[in-house]
Amino acid sequence: MVELTINNLKVKAEEGMTILEAAKSVGISVPTLCYMKNLFPTGACRMCVVEVTGQRNLLPSCAFPVTEGMVVETNSPRVRRARKTIVELLVENHPQDCLICVRNKNCELQDLAERYAVREHRFAGEKRKHVVDISSPAMERDPAKCILCGRCVRVCNEIQKIGAIDFSGRGFASIVTTPYNKGLNVSDCILCGQCIIACPTAALRERSSTKIVSTALGNKNKFVVAQIAPAVRATLGEEFRMPAGTDVTGKLVSGLRRLGFKKVFDTNFAADLTIIEEANELVQRVVNNQPLPMFTSCCPGWVKFAEMNYPEIIPNLSSCKSPHEMEGAILKSYFAKKMGLDPRDIFVVSIMPCTVKKFESERPELGHDALHDVDSVLTTRELVRFFNMAGIDFSDLPDEEFDNPLGESTGAAAIFGTSGGVMEAAIRTAYYTITGQNLDNVEIDEIRGMEGVKSATLTMGELEVKVAVVNGIGNVRPLIDEINAGTSPYHFIEVMACPGGCINGGGQPIHQNLDNVMKRVRALYEIDKKSVTRRSHDNEAIKTLYKEFLKEPGSHTAHTLLHTHYHDRSGK
Amino acid sequence: MLSWTDQSLKVIPYKLIEGMIVAAYAIGANFGYIYCRAEYPLAISRLTHCIHECEKYGLLGDNILNSKFNFRLKIKKGAGAFVCGEETALIASIEGKRGMPKPRPPFPAVSGLWGKPTVINNVETLSNITSIISKGAEWFASVGTEKSKGTKVFALSGKIVNTGLVEIPMGITLEEVVFNIGGGIPFNKKFKAVQIGGPSGGCLPMSVIKTQVDYESLKDVGAMMGSGGFVVMDEDTCMVDIARFFLNFIQSESCGKCVPCREGTKRMLEIIERVPVAYKEGIDKYDQLQRFKGIIGLKRLADVIRDTSLCGLGQSAPNPVLSGLQYFKDEYEEHLFDRRCRSGVCKELLTFTIDTTLCSGCGLCKRKCGTEAIIGQKGEAHYVLQDKCIKCGMCLETCRFCAINVN
Ligand SMILES: Cc1cc2nc3c(=O)[nH]c(=O)nc-3n(C[C@H](O)[C@H](O)[C@H](O)COP(=O)(O)O)c2cc1C
Ligand code: SF4
Ligand code: SF4
Ligand code: SF4
Ligand code: SF4
Ligand code: SF4
Ligand code: SF4
Ligand code: FES
Repeated sequence: MVELTINNLKVKAEEGMTILEAAKSVGISVPTLCYMKNLFPTGACRMCVVEVTGQRNLLPSCAFPVTEGMVVETNSPRVRRARKTIVELLVENHPQDCLICVRNKNCELQDLAERYAVREHRFAGEKRKHVVDISSPAMERDPAKCILCGRCVRVCNEIQKIGAIDFSGRGFASIVTTPYNKGLNVSDCILCGQCIIACPTAALRERSSTKIVSTALGNKNKFVVAQIAPAVRATLGEEFRMPAGTDVTGKLVSGLRRLGFKKVFDTNFAADLTIIEEANELVQRVVNNQPLPMFTSCCPGWVKFAEMNYPEIIPNLSSCKSPHEMEGAILKSYFAKKMGLDPRDIFVVSIMPCTVKKFESERPELGHDALHDVDSVLTTRELVRFFNMAGIDFSDLPDEEFDNPLGESTGAAAIFGTSGGVMEAAIRTAYYTITGQNLDNVEIDEIRGMEGVKSATLTMGELEVKVAVVNGIGNVRPLIDEINAGTSPYHFIEVMACPGGCINGGGQPIHQNLDNVMKRVRALYEIDKKSVTRRSHDNEAIKTLYKEFLKEPGSHTAHTLLHTHYHDRSGK
Repeated sequence: MLSWTDQSLKVIPYKLIEGMIVAAYAIGANFGYIYCRAEYPLAISRLTHCIHECEKYGLLGDNILNSKFNFRLKIKKGAGAFVCGEETALIASIEGKRGMPKPRPPFPAVSGLWGKPTVINNVETLSNITSIISKGAEWFASVGTEKSKGTKVFALSGKIVNTGLVEIPMGITLEEVVFNIGGGIPFNKKFKAVQIGGPSGGCLPMSVIKTQVDYESLKDVGAMMGSGGFVVMDEDTCMVDIARFFLNFIQSESCGKCVPCREGTKRMLEIIERVPVAYKEGIDKYDQLQRFKGIIGLKRLADVIRDTSLCGLGQSAPNPVLSGLQYFKDEYEEHLFDRRCRSGVCKELLTFTIDTTLCSGCGLCKRKCGTEAIIGQKGEAHYVLQDKCIKCGMCLETCRFCAINVN
């Protein structure tokens, strides 16, 4: 323990703590931009500077450790002047078009300009000019709005370990960009959007689909339906000032109906369906000696990563489409027939926590007869804009139920939205498929939580099944290396590109608070706990679907509608 | 490890290598790097040769002279970014990363190259080691001042008779360096300033020429020892222009990591660039205000850049401007208020006129002028239309009768 003084307050801090952490522990907040919790400080932005007696220069509190007897001022005139100047410098090299900006009212630069009362253009001069990178169907990069804090670079390099973007150029010409400035779509980017939710400004953002959806909703000849991903219901409330982890399923359904969607379905239905197909595929692979371990394929970011970097493991990817694509396929076949609709008139909108799903929905193999299974993907953030534009006061909405038959789901589907959830759901059903009996304790603690790689060994009748859960794409490479070396002990591996799973997806509400992610996860487990049925194979609507239409898991119809194939994108 | 300035070309490589071996032995290091710009091929080839020779004679490698001490030397060629001289950026560069400084602590001595304890020194420092060891510390300390011991190598350049490398004892005055060792200013021009310490050193005028050359005294007058650059300027040098030149260099060499250096030096440059602009009818009122406000804000901006930048490059970037404002305020004011550049360097402030008594009316200048700024009838005196003139100087070069005046 060391004792220091911060703003005349005696503070006890642990050795090795930074000034920033020590100040925070006594409720003194210091503004930061480049700082990222749990990562080594880079000291890039200088927003967090403080005055320390005896030191010639101001010091970055995020990077400087506390020492015994240190005397710190976090709010002296010298500090305020420095911080204000830094904000002014950033503002002056910025487009300043807040009124037409997607991050208006949720922007750290805007907040700082307000907090430090920037009221004049003291350093007006040349501004950087850059073109917006719209090469990708899922994301946009707008370097003119970039303040070069480096948070995206660190997420992409240090957490996701992709390395699609980095600093380039010097001085005023510095830019965060892709290799050779060639555009995200030809880089190693997997479009996970983790950089978007790390970005303090609008320099990184999703490719907006609101216009397409809006046009479809206005088209009398279109039967526009929505489906809601498992992870959206536990996060969207945050955008309407509800506490993180509030379950807003019922309001989402009624809200979407008010927006004009003819039917509102639940992607959770298709999550249950995915489990049935995937568990069956796993058993088939074991029985028929096909490539193992099998990887989950419901995360398109992971699929893109595998296709681009490890084409040799494509045979290990489950051939199952991701749940919302399955839902779309069933909507345009089974449901269309049932309702007497022409599949061409159905317009499926997926409400997703994810940016890659925009890319996924455009994959040509995910569809039939020149029709995409899913027509458009809205992220959680984009849907919020729809509600705002329609003047819908979300918190006042009544709770309503999903439409059927594609609205019914089990607790197993609910946890798809969190890392380990798909695996847990799969185990519940695989156990039944293999042993003919139901697992007593459906909660598998070993694969819950935030570790990078989680694993468990389960006894299913005579079989010892070893499973692993990869939480965040940055942790996957060692497991693939094991497979290539022939030493992988696993039968089944879940991979989610986003740390924490879809609940922390690139399309989710932007906040810089890790605690919120934990609250969101808890909400999903809570939904599961409260569910009457917690095993996908107990879903009555799914049973009917097989009876009336698909016949059995892995049937010919199931294969044409619910399974897909992958491409080598490595360019090797 | 060390980085390399061009002055060190002349340092005897064996002295450096020996110094590094001794330093490595002292701290228990088994690996050393010499970081050298790839643009200095001569230095690299000489060093490579010398390292090979040392290896041949068992002075580098395993079990040096049966001492059980192993030491290897490697030359790392840098791509010539100025900032890679900063120690943490240098480490990043050797590791194959982008040359960007990191906050300290942790200092390289604790966690440096590949996360291992690392000592970084200048070539000159390391080359001094063997002499100090063989002749003793007293010998070394007998030269120099109370706090700055020994000698220092400077690269004399600019408007000075004797250019090149000089080694001087610490503590002699600037005057001695400029006028005795350097031989004074050529062509009987007047001394104006000397800039010490590389591109971000301060510019010192005649009034402080009696300053001693040592770390403390130089700092007191707003300069620094830095890399040992010593650039002399005469009366034909414009101090506003000099500030612009060095800011431009710093701005394009800033690694772009931290806001004050990346954005701040750009704004400083813009403010300085607005100082030597000519009066323009109509649009000038606002412009004039901006110029004044700019200069007033300049000091504050410079202070913040110095106070908050991550590395030495940004922290010292404002020096040329600050020392200029301190010592050459009158020159700034002349540019600002009188729109005059006494050295005739700031082209935009020049006025071209034709002396009607000398003009023969040949019309040559009229034909050469690219902007049709010259009018006049053949055989009669010509005139320059000031609002059209872009101060290119073409007429001055063309006129055979010396009729063009510039002031
Ligand atoms: C922007 C910048 C550029 C530098 N360039 C050099 C250089 O070219 N050569 C050099 O020896 N030191 C350079 N330095 C200083 C080194 O980082 C380091 O402090 C020095 O070499 C330490 O050696 P010494 O203690 O023996 O002087 C530079 C420092 C900065 C901030
Ligand atoms: S990124 Fe922020 S500061 Fe920039 S225009 Fe958008 S809202 Fe305004
Ligand atoms: S979307 Fe993901 S992979 Fe692409 S740049 Fe951002 S963090 Fe990297
Ligand atoms: S894109 Fe955003 S996160 Fe990345 S450096 Fe720029 S401002 Fe920071
Ligand atoms: S983890 Fe979920 S949100 Fe993230 S990329 Fe995968 S599917 Fe999308
Ligand atoms: S002061 Fe300049 S050179 Fe140094 S880290 Fe900051 S931006 Fe880079
Ligand atoms: S200086 Fe150039 S532009 Fe001006 S009058 Fe002479 S030739 Fe013409
Ligand atoms: S938050 Fe400390 S330097 Fe950026």
